[in-house]
Amino acid sequence: MADPTLSVDKLKVDFGQGDDAVHAVRGISFTLDPHQVLGIVGESGSGKSVTALAAMGLLPKSAVASGSITYAGKELLGLREKELATIRGVGIAMIFQDPMTSLNPVYTVGWQIAEAIQAHQEVTKSEAMAKAVVLLETVGIPNAADRVGNYPHEFSGGMRQRVVIAIAMANNPSVILADEPTTALDVTVQAQVLSSLKTALEETGASLLLITHDLGVIAGLADRVLVMYAGRPVEIGTVEQIFYEPAMPYTHGLLGSLPRLDSDGNERLRQIPGSPPSMVGDRQGCPFAIRCPLRADICDREEPELRAVVGPVDPVGADSSADGPGAPADPGPAGADATAPVHLAACHFADQVVRLPVASMFPDTSADHEDVRE
Amino acid sequence: MTDTSDLTPRQQRRQMVATTEAGMHTLPSVPPAAGSDDQDQHGLTGEARGQLATVIWRFFHDPQAMVGLVVFVGLAVAAVLTQLFWTYGSTSITDTLNGPPSPAHPFGTNSIGGDMFAQVMRGTLQDIEIALLVALMATVLGTLVGAVAGFYGGRVDSTLMRFVDLILVIPVLVVLIVLANVVAKQTDNWFWLALIIGALSWTYIARLVRADFLTLRERDFVEASRALGASNRRLITRHMLPNALGPIIVNATITVALSISLESTLSFLGLGIQPPNVSLGLLIDQGQDSATTEWWLFVFPVVFLIVLILSVFFIGDGLREALDPKKNRVRA
Amino acid sequence: MLAYVIRRLVVSVVVLFLATILVFLLVAESGNPLALLKANPKIAHSTIVAREKLLHLNDPLWQRYWIWFSHAVHGDFGTTVAGQPVGPQLTSHLLVTLRMVILATLLSIVLAIAVGVYAALRQNKLPDHIATVTNFIFLAAPVFVVGLLLKEFVAIPINQHLNRIVFYTNGEQSPTLSGSFLQRFPDYAAHTVLPTITLILVTYSSWAIYQRASILETLDSDYVRLARAKGISPRRVLIRHVLRNALIPVTTVIALDFAGVLGGAVITEIVFGWQGLGVWFLNGVTTLDINITLAYLLVTAVFVILFNLLADVLYAFLDPRIRYD
Repeated sequence: MADPTLSVDKLKVDFGQGDDAVHAVRGISFTLDPHQVLGIVGESGSGKSVTALAAMGLLPKSAVASGSITYAGKELLGLREKELATIRGVGIAMIFQDPMTSLNPVYTVGWQIAEAIQAHQEVTKSEAMAKAVVLLETVGIPNAADRVGNYPHEFSGGMRQRVVIAIAMANNPSVILADEPTTALDVTVQAQVLSSLKTALEETGASLLLITHDLGVIAGLADRVLVMYAGRPVEIGTVEQIFYEPAMPYTHGLLGSLPRLDSDGNERLRQIPGSPPSMVGDRQGCPFAIRCPLRADICDREEPELRAVVGPVDPVGADSSADGPGAPADPGPAGADATAPVHLAACHFADQVVRLPVASMFPDTSADHEDVRE
Repeated sequence: MTDTSDLTPRQQRRQMVATTEAGMHTLPSVPPAAGSDDQDQHGLTGEARGQLATVIWRFFHDPQAMVGLVVFVGLAVAAVLTQLFWTYGSTSITDTLNGPPSPAHPFGTNSIGGDMFAQVMRGTLQDIEIALLVALMATVLGTLVGAVAGFYGGRVDSTLMRFVDLILVIPVLVVLIVLANVVAKQTDNWFWLALIIGALSWTYIARLVRADFLTLRERDFVEASRALGASNRRLITRHMLPNALGPIIVNATITVALSISLESTLSFLGLGIQPPNVSLGLLIDQGQDSATTEWWLFVFPVVFLIVLILSVFFIGDGLREALDPKKNRVRA
Repeated sequence: MLAYVIRRLVVSVVVLFLATILVFLLVAESGNPLALLKANPKIAHSTIVAREKLLHLNDPLWQRYWIWFSHAVHGDFGTTVAGQPVGPQLTSHLLVTLRMVILATLLSIVLAIAVGVYAALRQNKLPDHIATVTNFIFLAAPVFVVGLLLKEFVAIPINQHLNRIVFYTNGEQSPTLSGSFLQRFPDYAAHTVLPTITLILVTYSSWAIYQRASILETLDSDYVRLARAKGISPRRVLIRHVLRNALIPVTTVIALDFAGVLGGAVITEIVFGWQGLGVWFLNGVTTLDINITLAYLLVTAVFVILFNLLADVLYAFLDPRIRYD
């Protein structure tokens, strides 16, 4: 059996052409190993959804994708619709953001699940329907046997999303792409849907590409995390590395703006000033520089490449550029672990940033100037 | 850091508020446009105004729409100029009977010696006059009725819509023919014709505006404005109308096209414009039997009629495309 | 659902009733239908008086309307200005018109859907542009123009070229036609071709434009994207998900537009000289014949009401989200 790995290499996606082209994705590479959960984090406009759509061949016609996406060794970019149909649903399945519009309103839920099953398995209609009932039960829909004949509009948003998850797991895919699966849902419902998602992973043994902007969701599910900004990955690492040793100021900023249960309540949230850049046209230098408190001349000249971060456990201090804020090289505990999972960051000062307390470089000013401690 | 020095304090605060939200939920992908405020406290009506420039740009870059606009304006201008400067009027009689196109008579002459060029141009002008009047009437009336029905809802809405249904149950042509017959005996009946056609055309716009207003009523920005104490009249005129304006304009142009079609049909049946007045439909009626013999009596009016209606359609279609907010939407 | 249909029917009937009053008033007040007769010195005065009595012309308006109404609900539509019973005339003319209308409507539906789907799937490519321009031209050209153009520049030249009459341009059948239905059929066909084509051309275009827009919107939808993501065959996506959903709005548009088809039929009949309902009606209006006018109004309005209801029922049937209560 071929290795069901999803591998993305230097993927670029543009919309439109010429000077007005929108560079939605500017070179992303990652590997999704079997049974892994990779979380892609980023804000609107960072290009994360586009990456997933590119893998499924679902980009709109105006999109131009280059680079390579391989699944089980087979190149996906440029495949025709018919060929893609043999992989979709059974090799790679996808869950979309808006459950209210994802399901076809004129067919029953059971019919839609059965359709997915019959597309890839040699079963009769009634067998497929029976499986549909089982799937509904698995994702936690009560009274599954009755509800299998209901139409989508008879379900709530959270339930509909669970139906979508049921469809995704129907053929035991090796890879599931989840594009902001809980964004459109109430917080209270999110937990239920995430739990259905977890069940799906357990039952199918699939790997999961979880795209979201919600760091809380990432913390709960992901093994590895990829942070995207302005169409490129700016940091990749394990979930622990990202949360506890972020090496790129943007990641710090994201973490700093999260309220934390373990804070003393008097700490302000730290925010990243400014807004993300426009994706039209070409630019020079690091796209985050304009918002970065550690900005230096080199940041405006040169866009940093993703490089391995030499973490605090590494006894050898990183070389700092001549005109950057330096942190003293810290000897730290001895012995760099040669098999430690790779932690990459795209920042000229990654090796210093990784030593800084989380979000400390961002100011703790806020919209109103009154002291919170009153 | 973003340079916020050129923004007013209120705008700076807005900027800060937008970026404080945990993580990055609603960060816009382009910075909020500075200076998009007006007297309204929260710039909530900035939406419609900022779009105007985009719409105009898109319209003027749509080849089909521009062709329509140029042709329509060209026809209108030519028709007016002909009235003022052309050698023959639409009622002039010359000695050339049934003469084919010639330098003196570019569109030939008819059986009583009338100059066809003058006639066709006069007919075009007449059709345009009627159509514009109809569109004006239908739009104003339709918008009024639709806005009131959609805004107040409830009983007001049902009563008004029953009235609209009454008009729609009967096929338009039937009522038109009956009504037109009433005014057909008068010679200068173009105004009445316009009135009749307009009275039957406003219902589509009314339904459209009503539907728009019903949904707009529920939108957040209306609630917000209402909470700030905006009066009903202000709400309708400054907040809801600008948003419903797009489809209204598109429908108005379609009404223009349809009314040209309706009026020419009536004239063809003998129930529309009466001689010695001229309309393209009437000319076609008069020329139909000579289509294969004195072809110029038939072909020119037909071509002008089709081109006129087509040009208006192109304008309407261009407007619709330019106003469409859903073009090439991409979510990253 | 049933309650909704009944409610709608009742309201429509009331509306229709009001419409007949309106039309009645308009025609009655327009003048005297016997004016021409009266001006003719050869017609005896007694004939005119008798005709006036027959038509109740000297009765008060409300009484005249009541006479008409009370007879109409029993199926008796009175007499024409010329003294003939309206009923039989109505039936024979209706059958002639239906011949053209039914055929044209069915073919228009097929053509509209085919063109709309094809243009949408080849969006912005040459076939789409050609289809769109053709649609527009037929949408813009008034019915009588299309009919006349076909008559003068297609039928007559072809007939002359082939030296025999292939396309008849006048009437719905030859005057001396006889024989069994099968024997008469070719004659019917030759007479029906052109008018039907005219009606089809002016009818299909707006439906095709609508269908195209509907398909484009469906192609863009989230549920079609999910259907593709499920890995079902592209053909199945197209038929089961795109077409199935995109046809819904068009079906109701077609049903609602039937009134327009009837209107187009009126004009087509006039252009091609058919003795159908439209010609009958036009004559009735111009001769101020109330009974003919009201009879025509009733028939057409009933059709429109039925089709409106059909549209609603169809919509509820096709879209499970719509349930009337």
